[in-house]
Amino acid sequence: MTTQASLPPETPQTSDARVVHVLEFPGGYTRSTGPVIGRFLTGLRSGRLFGVRMPDGRVLVPPTEYDPQTAAALGAADEDWVQVGPAGTVTTWTWVDDPRPDHPLDRPFAWALIRPDGADTALLHAVDSGSKAAMATGMRVHPTWRAERTGAVKDIACFAPGEGPAEVPALAPAGVPTPVDGPASDGEAELEPVSMVTLPHRLEYRLRGGTVWNHFIDGMAVGQIRGTRCAKCGKVFVPPRGACPGDGVPATEWVDLPDTGVLTTFAVNNVPAAGAPEVPFISGYVLLDGADVAMLALVSDVPWQEVRIGMRVRGVWVPDAERTRSVKNLKWFAPTGEPDIPFEQFEEYV
Amino acid sequence: MGNRCAVIGVGQTKYRTKRADVSLAGMVREAALEALADAGLTFADIDSVVVGKAPDMFEGVATPELYLADALGAVGKPMMRVHTAGSVGGSTALVGASQVQAGLHERVLVVAFEKQSESNATWALSTHSPFSASLVVGAGGYFAPYIRAYIRRSGAPANIGMMVAVKDRINALRNPYAHLKIPNIDLAMVEESMMLWDPIRYLETCPSSDGAVAMVLASEQAAEAAGAATGRPPAWVHGAAMRSEPMGMAGRDSVDPRAGRDCAADVYRQAGVTEPRRQFAAAEVYVPFSWYEPMWLENLGFAEKGSGWKLTEAGATAFDGDIPWNPSGGVLSSNPIGASGMIRFAEAAQQVRGQAGEHQVAAAVDGSRLALGHAYGGGSQFFAMWAVGARKP
Repeated sequence: MTTQASLPPETPQTSDARVVHVLEFPGGYTRSTGPVIGRFLTGLRSGRLFGVRMPDGRVLVPPTEYDPQTAAALGAADEDWVQVGPAGTVTTWTWVDDPRPDHPLDRPFAWALIRPDGADTALLHAVDSGSKAAMATGMRVHPTWRAERTGAVKDIACFAPGEGPAEVPALAPAGVPTPVDGPASDGEAELEPVSMVTLPHRLEYRLRGGTVWNHFIDGMAVGQIRGTRCAKCGKVFVPPRGACPGDGVPATEWVDLPDTGVLTTFAVNNVPAAGAPEVPFISGYVLLDGADVAMLALVSDVPWQEVRIGMRVRGVWVPDAERTRSVKNLKWFAPTGEPDIPFEQFEEYV
Repeated sequence: MGNRCAVIGVGQTKYRTKRADVSLAGMVREAALEALADAGLTFADIDSVVVGKAPDMFEGVATPELYLADALGAVGKPMMRVHTAGSVGGSTALVGASQVQAGLHERVLVVAFEKQSESNATWALSTHSPFSASLVVGAGGYFAPYIRAYIRRSGAPANIGMMVAVKDRINALRNPYAHLKIPNIDLAMVEESMMLWDPIRYLETCPSSDGAVAMVLASEQAAEAAGAATGRPPAWVHGAAMRSEPMGMAGRDSVDPRAGRDCAADVYRQAGVTEPRRQFAAAEVYVPFSWYEPMWLENLGFAEKGSGWKLTEAGATAFDGDIPWNPSGGVLSSNPIGASGMIRFAEAAQQVRGQAGEHQVAAAVDGSRLALGHAYGGGSQFFAMWAVGARKP
């Protein structure tokens, strides 16, 4: 048995602190359920637990699409489906003292493996027992069904101690009561079987820039672009690298670079995206004077039709008063008006 | 190169925008069952399973190999996942082949897949760190500057990319598995399509597909037995290699990467290829944006540097040309990203097995010439290739 530790407190945001980085796709990702998982989820929506019978007679809950032993397809015939539970037996469990925001209960609870009556395997769910002392392997539990059922495992709010009764409330918002062992209610019958679910897609990280990046950003805060030089090949990297990708040795010598260079190549972007500039925008590779790798940058202050490979460009910065500790101080690169550089002179940097 | 290895079974799903009727596991299993049927085998005959897909963010399923073990009959067997970005289909095949070449296993099932409709690959490719500006939108945004540099460097006429886009879509009409079927495609239609990431137009871009591909790879003894039982000949691996290189290396040629040249040179050395254009009967090459055909023609040694576009322009890479590239329709016609590399490898095998159906290149089956399968991934950083033939190496 384990006890879940509390999360560490939030680190205060300072200039050198970890940066919260959230990757979240709006609306979430979908999952096509396929017929077997779809039938199980459709059952949950109607307030019933179903298992699938394997060729050896055992009943799997939740069902799997394929026999874990023989890889044979399961659940093709109606008679392969068995209604189980609703009550069941806890086969093992762990206690959660401090529930997280996305846990099913906002008070201490148990995660348990519960084998519904008539099933040969157990499903994972929360047990609302009130206290750790009330939990025991072998205890009897029954589901607490939600009214707002969508065809998801969360249609069961949690399990509660005892045999029940496991009442199934009418499907919200406009359903009629569903008898546990009876046919589906009229409201349920009008719904299509579940074939697709949508799940949130979100990852949250706390990132540190690291020594090299922080020194680069300190430079950007005062309008100075800084690169690093490899001690072996002498190449200058910007944005800086802590190690030379070619030689695998530290690149620890700092080099101040001008904000002028040549545009080695570019794309005219007409595909809009959240976080990206308004289309059309030019993303290009600028080889700063004195650098050995071209850096990806925005090119602006010029009609897109007039942007050229070989164009001389200079950085355009936010006004001094608006500077922050950010790469965004350098807004974009704009043409200097100097003559273009012949392609052959920088071709190796493309 | 170790022991001999051959492809004895190939299976593909039909590539579609959305396969809402099956789960990810069900889709992958379709390809696996078709490959097993082609080889005259069942899951019980398989010693090891190797799966590949693009980054987890493309579907949001972490460690899918664990979830797929039931569907692929892998319970109780070695199972692993390979991960080399867009080239992963190719490297998955090569990891499976190496298990046979090393003498570890007699029959290995390799499977690659992507169910892109469940997610958003452009978003998944554009998750910039908070330390950098958000200036690249999707793979097209990344590769467009390199295509522009290639055009500048080679002096290629502007219509070369459009010619590839038309050619591969016409080829796809002969391939029952292909996703895009555009019967009336022509240069004007491509030219009129929207410019997405100048110089890449909409119709010069690969689609986003759901689909899976599988192959059964076998030892010499197992391959001979399968060939005798099914009447379908094996495709023998004559050469196989992988290479990689870092993205931000000073002096790196992102248009004509050294890793690609080195990988091809290794494969050609193993297979005895000194004149690729003459010794290959067909090539299935990873071309997700049309201009990558002339770029890879040079990188893979089919043409001198700066002149790849001349082969495309002359029709040499067309279905009836002297060196057909992507007779299946290629990535431009079907693109379940993680599977796209293995589809190239599998289509090359089908060509030398004489199993390519309506898009069979006649010259590929007499055994005197080989077929090339190629994949690349990341920022042109990962390369995987093999050369296969109807005769034993």
